[in-house]
Amino acid sequence: MSMWRWFHKFGSPKWFFDIASRLIPWLLGTGLVLLLTGLVWGLAFAPQDYLQGNSYRIIFIHVPSAFLAQSVYLMMASAAVVTLVWKMKLADVFVQTMAPVGALLTFLALFTGAVWGKPTWGTWWVWDARLTSMLILLFLYCGVIVLGRAIADEKSSARAVAVLVLVGVVNIPIIKYSVDWWNTLHQPATFTLTKRPSMPVEMWAPLLLSVVGLYLLFGWLTCVRMQTGILVREHRTSWVRALVRSQGV
Amino acid sequence: MTAKLQAATTVPVGVVAAMGGVVRRDLQASFRQPQDLLNPLLFFMMVVTLFPLGVSPEESFLRQSGSGILWVAALLSTLLSLDHLFRHDFDNGTLEQLVLQPQPLYLLVLAKTLAHWLVTGLPLVLLAPVLAVMLHLEGNSIAILCLTLLIGTPVLSFIGSVGAALTLGLRSGGVLLSLLIIPLYIPVLIFGTGTVAAAAGGASVGAYLALMGAFLVLSVTLAPFASAAALRISLSNS
Amino acid sequence: MSKPLLQATNLQCERDGRVLFDDLSLTIMPATLTRVEGPNGAGKTTLLRILAGLNENYSGEVHWLGAPRAAQREMFQRNLLYIGHRTGIKAALTAQENLAALMAGRHAVSAATLRAALAGTGLAGYEDVPCSQLSAGQQRRVALARLLISDEPLWILDEAFTALDTHGVAALERLLSDHAQRGGAVVVTTHHDLEVPGMQRIRLVPDKVAV
Repeated sequence: MSMWRWFHKFGSPKWFFDIASRLIPWLLGTGLVLLLTGLVWGLAFAPQDYLQGNSYRIIFIHVPSAFLAQSVYLMMASAAVVTLVWKMKLADVFVQTMAPVGALLTFLALFTGAVWGKPTWGTWWVWDARLTSMLILLFLYCGVIVLGRAIADEKSSARAVAVLVLVGVVNIPIIKYSVDWWNTLHQPATFTLTKRPSMPVEMWAPLLLSVVGLYLLFGWLTCVRMQTGILVREHRTSWVRALVRSQGV
Repeated sequence: MTAKLQAATTVPVGVVAAMGGVVRRDLQASFRQPQDLLNPLLFFMMVVTLFPLGVSPEESFLRQSGSGILWVAALLSTLLSLDHLFRHDFDNGTLEQLVLQPQPLYLLVLAKTLAHWLVTGLPLVLLAPVLAVMLHLEGNSIAILCLTLLIGTPVLSFIGSVGAALTLGLRSGGVLLSLLIIPLYIPVLIFGTGTVAAAAGGASVGAYLALMGAFLVLSVTLAPFASAAALRISLSNS
Repeated sequence: MSKPLLQATNLQCERDGRVLFDDLSLTIMPATLTRVEGPNGAGKTTLLRILAGLNENYSGEVHWLGAPRAAQREMFQRNLLYIGHRTGIKAALTAQENLAALMAGRHAVSAATLRAALAGTGLAGYEDVPCSQLSAGQQRRVALARLLISDEPLWILDEAFTALDTHGVAALERLLSDHAQRGGAVVVTTHHDLEVPGMQRIRLVPDKVAV
């Protein structure tokens, strides 16, 4: 029962707005510190790779963004379930405000992948299984964004996007599996960016730091963007009006 | 208008009969308006024609790419035809009546999508061998290609039905539908063309065909759930 | 006192950021005729679609025979006849095929009954004419022929009198009050001056509701 009450409380936009305000500085602070430490360590101090020299260092950006890009879709899928089952507004605010962030991270992963491909394969783009899967993930994100914008009515838009996200998440493993199969069919296996035989501690420690740092920064961005989304949707409620007045706007 | 004709003692219709009715009426309506049926077929042929003209008419190129060309063309014409799956019925109000039938909507949507495949997907499969010959595919490859299309085009229809239901009543619904659905078509495309390539390379294709069969089972069982949910959402918004 | 057929409590519906109605409650009893009134854009069609279960973008509760409707959707739909302002007529099918399609999935109807129903709405001789060749009023009559062979107690009719001539209007009025007298319930919207003794009125005013 108390669990249930907590759930509903969490669903209240005002409650979330207040909690988010308190979390924002912490998430931003620790996220920045961890990410910067990880990046400086990884880019400047970690040892060279015996095979690829310095060009491998882009994994300190590529891997965290690729990691997060995939988890954001999973988080959106969980929120989509909440939207459909409990009709919670907040869950939809999450899906619709974070889809562009997911798309951006996917793009970043693709871009860094291409930049890394130039010295490694000698070309900007290779139809490598991992890159191709990321490209399809980008398409999935785009579909979610486009559908959300196309439906004017807030409730319909929330439910339609939730259905699409769930259909997407069912398909992602199938897409991944078939792209991997396609890759073995058409190309000799190339060594991929993240599949390394053994990574010394000096390499994976900064990588871990930047992954955690990026996650925290994502948490910060979630809070900020959702606060904006909540203000837009709740602009007619008394608490938002009071808030706006107290800020002297 | 006269007074009531029938007393309240009536026999309810079973779900199988209801599904049969949906299929029969959709086929009837399609055959009375054959342009909806012919347009995707014409489009299919024209897209295939573009490749020899736009890339190369060389036999070796066409033989190697033929199955891919036919698969991509079939995929695009399915997308083109999907816009009609629910739109006419949405505009004239028969979709509301379908949703209000006292039957599981899941099964009615399944029947409707099946009817759509019968009038759009099946003709593509039947036309494919002719075009395959024009693309210089070999006999064995043609047989495998048609088999993959036979298993694969219903998957395209069923996955596509979700997109058609989601974009119902939206402006530029057709383009939007393609954007939502194309990424979801990639696995079928990969295995459809991959199976033909494997057969041409002399490999046994039983496992791949079984996998495509699994796609078919999965899409037939799951997609109507999503489509039914999406239809209710689109109708709520109209 | 008999049990209410349909009961809606605290309905609230927004459309495109505008509140159509808020805290609207209504009860549909058997043997009644209810008219939903209000200016254009007040949400009459939306309310009817919510009552019919087509529009799910609302908050509040809807009960069918005292139990939540969501848990017994098929049972509810078996007892509901809804005609929207999109009549549900396919242009490519004939009048009889369309009527058969409208009865599909409900209860078995013989071809003779279908033809009799069409004749009952003044469409004798048009049974096998494609609906693309019928006028708007005739198409509406095809949809309304369903009322003659309906066994559903609850009728929800949106703009029921649209496109009908005076004769058709009078006949439909009679049909609706007959249905109510036999214990059925009718919910309509109409711009036509419908006056039936004991009629329940639900007046929708933009941003305000008065019952």
